[in-house]
Amino acid sequence: MKLDGKVPPGSLGEKWTKYRSTMPLVAPNNKRRIDIIMVGTGLAGASAAATLGELGYNVKCFTFHDSPRRAHSIAAQGGINAAKNYQNDGDSVYRLFYDTIKGGDYRSRESNVHRLAEASRNIIDQAVAQGVPLAREYGGLLANRSFGGVQVSRTFYARGQTGQQLLLGAYQALSRQISLGNVEMYNRHEMLDLVLVEEKDSNGKPVKKARGIIARNLLTGELERHAAHCVVLGTGGYANLFYLSTNAMNCNVSAAWRTVRRGALMANPCFTQIHPTCIPVSGDYQSKLTLMSESLRNDGRVWVPKKEEDAKAIREGKKTALDIPEEDRDYYLERRYPAFGNLVPRDVASRAAKTACDQGLGVAPTGLAVYLDFEAAFERYGKSKAHATGLHNPSMETIIDLGRKVVEEKYGNLFEMYEKITGENPYIMPMKIYPAVHYTMGGIWVDYNLETNIPGLFVTGEANFSDHGANRLGASALMQGLADGYFVLPYTIGDFLSREIRTPKIDPKQPAFEQAENDVRDRINKLLNIKGDHSVESFHRRLGKIMWEYCGMSRNEQGLLTARQLLRELKDEFYRNVFVPGTNEEYNPELEKALRVADFMELGEVMILDALNREESCGGHFREEYQTEDGEALRRDDEFAYVAAWEYNGWDEEPKLHKEHLVFENVELKTRSYK
Amino acid sequence: MKLTLKIWRQGGKYKGEFVSYVLDKVSEHMSFLEMLDVLNEELVEKKETPVSFEHDCREGICGSCDMVINGQPHGPMRGTTTCQLHMRHYNDGDTIVIEPFRAKAFPVIRDLVVDRSSFDRIIQAGGFISVDTGQAQDANNTPIEKTTASEAFDAATCIGCGACVAACPNASAMLFTSAKVAHLSMMPQGKVEAKRRVQAMVKQMDEEGFGMCSNVTACEAECPKEISVENIAKMNREYISAVFGSETSV
Repeated sequence: MKLDGKVPPGSLGEKWTKYRSTMPLVAPNNKRRIDIIMVGTGLAGASAAATLGELGYNVKCFTFHDSPRRAHSIAAQGGINAAKNYQNDGDSVYRLFYDTIKGGDYRSRESNVHRLAEASRNIIDQAVAQGVPLAREYGGLLANRSFGGVQVSRTFYARGQTGQQLLLGAYQALSRQISLGNVEMYNRHEMLDLVLVEEKDSNGKPVKKARGIIARNLLTGELERHAAHCVVLGTGGYANLFYLSTNAMNCNVSAAWRTVRRGALMANPCFTQIHPTCIPVSGDYQSKLTLMSESLRNDGRVWVPKKEEDAKAIREGKKTALDIPEEDRDYYLERRYPAFGNLVPRDVASRAAKTACDQGLGVAPTGLAVYLDFEAAFERYGKSKAHATGLHNPSMETIIDLGRKVVEEKYGNLFEMYEKITGENPYIMPMKIYPAVHYTMGGIWVDYNLETNIPGLFVTGEANFSDHGANRLGASALMQGLADGYFVLPYTIGDFLSREIRTPKIDPKQPAFEQAENDVRDRINKLLNIKGDHSVESFHRRLGKIMWEYCGMSRNEQGLLTARQLLRELKDEFYRNVFVPGTNEEYNPELEKALRVADFMELGEVMILDALNREESCGGHFREEYQTEDGEALRRDDEFAYVAAWEYNGWDEEPKLHKEHLVFENVELKTRSYK
Repeated sequence: MKLTLKIWRQGGKYKGEFVSYVLDKVSEHMSFLEMLDVLNEELVEKKETPVSFEHDCREGICGSCDMVINGQPHGPMRGTTTCQLHMRHYNDGDTIVIEPFRAKAFPVIRDLVVDRSSFDRIIQAGGFISVDTGQAQDANNTPIEKTTASEAFDAATCIGCGACVAACPNASAMLFTSAKVAHLSMMPQGKVEAKRRVQAMVKQMDEEGFGMCSNVTACEAECPKEISVENIAKMNREYISAVFGSETSV
């Protein structure tokens, strides 16, 4: 299979404008006759469904949640990037493009990333017009802050709840279209299969197009057939494959994975993002991990004790962070990366934390935590506040006290959340943090139109692979989700649909739908009939342990081969011994989970193979065999500057690799350095 | 610690009743929902039907989790959702009673899961600004006073969990509805259709079967995002001026 990215001709800065202005359109009277299925209601899904509804298409929108407002985009804390240059600090569309390509370690498509940077500006305008209360300065204009891996201030935010506010904006736009009858909303419906219908193309050759989905009504268990002229996914990432991640409990890959089982390709699955600042794991019962926003690294300093015996004493509870004098602390990010210091990108910060803990310097009882310390910020802000309020020669105690209040204004909700979860007061004791799986850059392969190799199937947001390469920069996920949904897909979908204006309504009674429905029913019955001894949860937990151990922050060939073996054993045991209570014909969350874990296991194997295949280190993918003398990632552009897109046909067949070679015409491939 | 849980079971073989469970090894570091995970895993291993409860982000922001714990929506901690409540606030030997959010407009689906789609319909009635994608002017063209933006944000932090309804003796949805009305009408972009919006949303709220507000203010006390009842006053003012002071009626 030849993968054609369908990148339009022209110079980088003009491609999108020109393409958009010359592509075929669907006239308003024809839009009314065209049905679109949108699966997912996060930033990408809700914004796309709303915009497509506004344009006049008939949209059917699906979410497994009880309401579109609960999608996990809501939990994004820090902010959203946009090349507005409101701070007059040298930002531009080109700089945002360049930072994103570099941050992604040169493994993304130039044209897509530039389009993303262009659209970023419109997103902020749109959000403000929707009434999203972004942070403002006293002059009434929008405020910005800095995020990792960049040297300008381009991140817009709404306290620590930026994702919530942007999602509610998109949810409200979607609600408006629902009330106008342009979007029909299906809550508590989960997509369990994609339906392909074989048709003849203009040359009379047979072609299979995406024409519908099989969805399970989660309240009744009924399997429903939904037909449309095309299908769009905005179903998020697959970080929950690791069991413990910062994703919400119900985030899953099933809708996306089912398209892979119907012929779509899974691209770069080994590119997973490990976020450096999460609350560490505390016990076996733990169900998920909680992120502490990257914005904290603006003011927090990361350190571990220099001496192993100090770290040991802390782990055993004989000492605390406060007992370690300044000269015995190693601020390792500032030491190793003086140019970016504590604001190095996520992959770099995460690996450095792991290295410190591997050396026996970890500070939690598990050995897996480093400190994030605000003492210096308290002092700095305290002094400035004392000065501003005319306090002369204040005591250190007064300064720290004043500083704490300033920090509280900036990050109060995060400090509060930390205290709720750990029971420790971070204003007194430094936070303990450790990296955790947070986001997945890999996803379904799409071309410039966001269309997969299956005609009529489009994928947006985190669910596609397209914009972040091997590592995503902070505050860029919200940008991509909304760019895809508001400003990219609504145009590019026209390329396919303009050729479908003569296609009548798709009939869900045809055999392809019946076949897909039967396939789903068989999968469900298979799981219900195993009647083994162990819960789905226990298998998911074991899956996560295997993946985190061997395919997590650092990987090597031997470990990956072991992981594949262990995963296959786990899969065999799962299909022999899982117990799924209840029946299909009822509200049955255990059955929902079982279907999702079964898909995670299949994806797990492809992820392992992808990590094995990629014999280089880049971004979130670190192969121990490929590192420089001082332990930095060693990229191998000559052999691996490509997108690895995998075809998968079940456990009995070896997945097949397809390559899309990445062409860099505008940026020079350089070793990424943050020193 | 050892705990006795009295949990409302409804659906399947249960007609609607409290069932008692004893949990032996509860760690103080667990979250409340992780404690229920442990119970459910025990039930599954015993081939019993686990307790259904709604949950997702477990970070206090998605608004999924909804249960009344010892008579209080989201339990005893102020400004805290159930998922952010930790077991260190309980003692060995405690009995904990767990029920669903109860309201006519929130019918029980199973056990602790209720149907809150009435909230979606209130938003659909008018909880938005009528602007299509692409119609926006530059974001900095309209300055908004910092404190106004900040107040609007406070109202906009509502997570749509429904604790306000569960806390209210009349099962009123005034706090939820007014938070959205206040958020949007404080922003200059939202003022244009404010009169239409408040009437449409209040009308929908009444049609859904929520009760009247009698100023008990339990909603504010139990709201995990600590949304102020001042929003209700704002909405009432807005409503009255819309009904009596304008041509627009819905």
